[in-house]
Amino acid sequence: MGVFINKDTKVIVQGITGSTALFHTKQMLEYGTKIVAGVTPGKGGTEVEGVPVFNTVEQAVKETGATASVIYVPAPFAADAIMEAADAELDLAICITEHIPVLDMVKVKRYLEGKKTRLIGPNCPGVITADECKIGIMPGYIHTKGHVGVVSRSGTLTYEAVHQLTQAGLGQTSAVGIGGDPVNGTNFIDVLKAFNEDPETYAVIMIGEIGGTAEEEAAEWVKANMTKPVVGFIGGRTAPPGKRMGHAGAIISGGKGTADEKIRVMNECGIQVAETPSVMGETLISVLKEKGLYDQCKTH
Amino acid sequence: MNIHEYQGKEILRQYGVSVPNGRVAFTVEEAVEAAKELGTDVVVVKAQIHAGGRGKAGGVKVAKNLDEARTYAEEILGKTLITHQTGPEGKEVKRLLIEEGCDIKKEYYVGLVLDRETSRVVLMASEEGGTEIEEVAENTPEKIFKEVIDPVVGLTGFQARRLAFNINIPKELVNKTVKFMTSLYTAFVEKDCSIAEINPLVVTGDGNVMALDAKLNFDDNALYRHKDIMDYRDLDEEDPKEIEASKYDLSYISLTGNIGCMVNGAGLAMSTMDIIKHYSGDPANFLDVGGGATAEKVTEAFKIILSDKNVKGIFVNIFGGIMKCDVIAEGVVEAAKQLGLEVPVVVRLEGTNVDLGKQILRDSGLNLTAAESMADGAQKIVALVG
Repeated sequence: MGVFINKDTKVIVQGITGSTALFHTKQMLEYGTKIVAGVTPGKGGTEVEGVPVFNTVEQAVKETGATASVIYVPAPFAADAIMEAADAELDLAICITEHIPVLDMVKVKRYLEGKKTRLIGPNCPGVITADECKIGIMPGYIHTKGHVGVVSRSGTLTYEAVHQLTQAGLGQTSAVGIGGDPVNGTNFIDVLKAFNEDPETYAVIMIGEIGGTAEEEAAEWVKANMTKPVVGFIGGRTAPPGKRMGHAGAIISGGKGTADEKIRVMNECGIQVAETPSVMGETLISVLKEKGLYDQCKTH
Repeated sequence: MNIHEYQGKEILRQYGVSVPNGRVAFTVEEAVEAAKELGTDVVVVKAQIHAGGRGKAGGVKVAKNLDEARTYAEEILGKTLITHQTGPEGKEVKRLLIEEGCDIKKEYYVGLVLDRETSRVVLMASEEGGTEIEEVAENTPEKIFKEVIDPVVGLTGFQARRLAFNINIPKELVNKTVKFMTSLYTAFVEKDCSIAEINPLVVTGDGNVMALDAKLNFDDNALYRHKDIMDYRDLDEEDPKEIEASKYDLSYISLTGNIGCMVNGAGLAMSTMDIIKHYSGDPANFLDVGGGATAEKVTEAFKIILSDKNVKGIFVNIFGGIMKCDVIAEGVVEAAKQLGLEVPVVVRLEGTNVDLGKQILRDSGLNLTAAESMADGAQKIVALVG
């Protein structure tokens, strides 16, 4: 099981002929992901890594029956690529591209209203369902199959959490990176809902960072709806206000979006927050033991 | 990206947003000349720095004649202004805006920002002009009115009208205010602003609606399509190390500690600072080398970190995804060769091509301390720096 993707998901790669896309297409194929097509306008009819390339997403979907796409298209053209995926009625579009102008994303969000496509990202590492399907740029080898779900605004912190879980003998269902931009497709609550409904997921790690109020809203949702334990971490406790910490969305402005406020609300909502990024795994283990779920979650 | 008030007003003028006449001056003579050219009885001498709170810090003065204009220009140019936004070191004033005085009847607030909750641009307005909007939000939130804008149709007439009536603009000036707001929105969208704040918007004795101040920020990710905005960049307002980093697409922010950090990914970079602090160390910077870094960029990143004389040690914390560990390792080795590392370096590598990366570091014969985890690395560098 897991969320959003599984071993049967047929994937197309938008922008497949770029160097980053090529590298990660190989990695995804090695992981076992069913990559059925690539799209690069003007390169239709060619083949890379044994994958047929099409000029348009519509064609690629028609020929292969793909239901998901991963987007590596450069930032100036990425918004258009997302809309093309939605127009082709894919279930899922995962946008890895970073540095997309935010007003482009405002338009994209408006375009997606009423369409069936779920957008994940942009500026995210993608989604992986352990041992089944990897769509994105995360290093596959750190994941093991199991029962913990991970959702995060930060790519590298997702890897950090997954790595700690695997080392501690706790496998994962899926890890979902929702991206570090202020306007993104899928938010914490969407992913938490999916984990809540996934019978294989027994617990969740939720990783946020400074900026905005998405973590606070998610915490309130968890308090009201979540039937499974959630532990958290917030990056940027020591970040100075007014400075954009790399991610366009990671900024404390007008006294809002601080780590302390997020941690306070999460604690209030019953989410235990790891003191440092090094103890995300340990924090989950202590909560699982408390709730008597540790043995069920231990996979190796 | 930030620009100066006078530059913001130049842009607004292009879009038909009403602003007072004014000229920029880099010297006292230019300031006096500008005041003469304006030819009004009263001119305002305004310090141009990339920070708010200039008025309170003595950076804005009203001159009633040319002699006063000269006196104020002499006083403000070269002065270091310390405001709540500059930090304790303040900012030196190198440019002035000389602007015609106007007969202010009432001040209002108008601002456009991106609202993350709705993923839309929001126009905010308030009758409480001239004060910080955060203060208004804190003390009298009922005095802030908002309109969420549909990106397809843009700011509609009725929305702008509703705001104008809500903030009690005199009814004979509502139409002018609506035009002001719609022009401001057009400028915001066409120039890819991240903030456009007019505080105060003023209604004048002669029946005008004007932007007395203008704070425009731009989305860095959209600058590639706005060469005119790039030309407004004032390097004097930026940290030299941050300028250097931006040349190599490195995301770097100077801090005050002594442990240099080189990390991939913004979240991990922030958390690396957090964990150094947790173990009682003090980070010298935030640095995200990004996903597409090359060995050359990593070398440049090292140079920038080491150009900070406070740096007594470096912590390299990499969890490769899109970034490959071997590329980082090559960059570290190259930097060490070029720069002759004299400070301790702790390296933690994990992720894509990790074995290759570790091999490169081992084969280099460099004196690097390997770390097994983030916590291990943080503790090691804190101990080494002492």
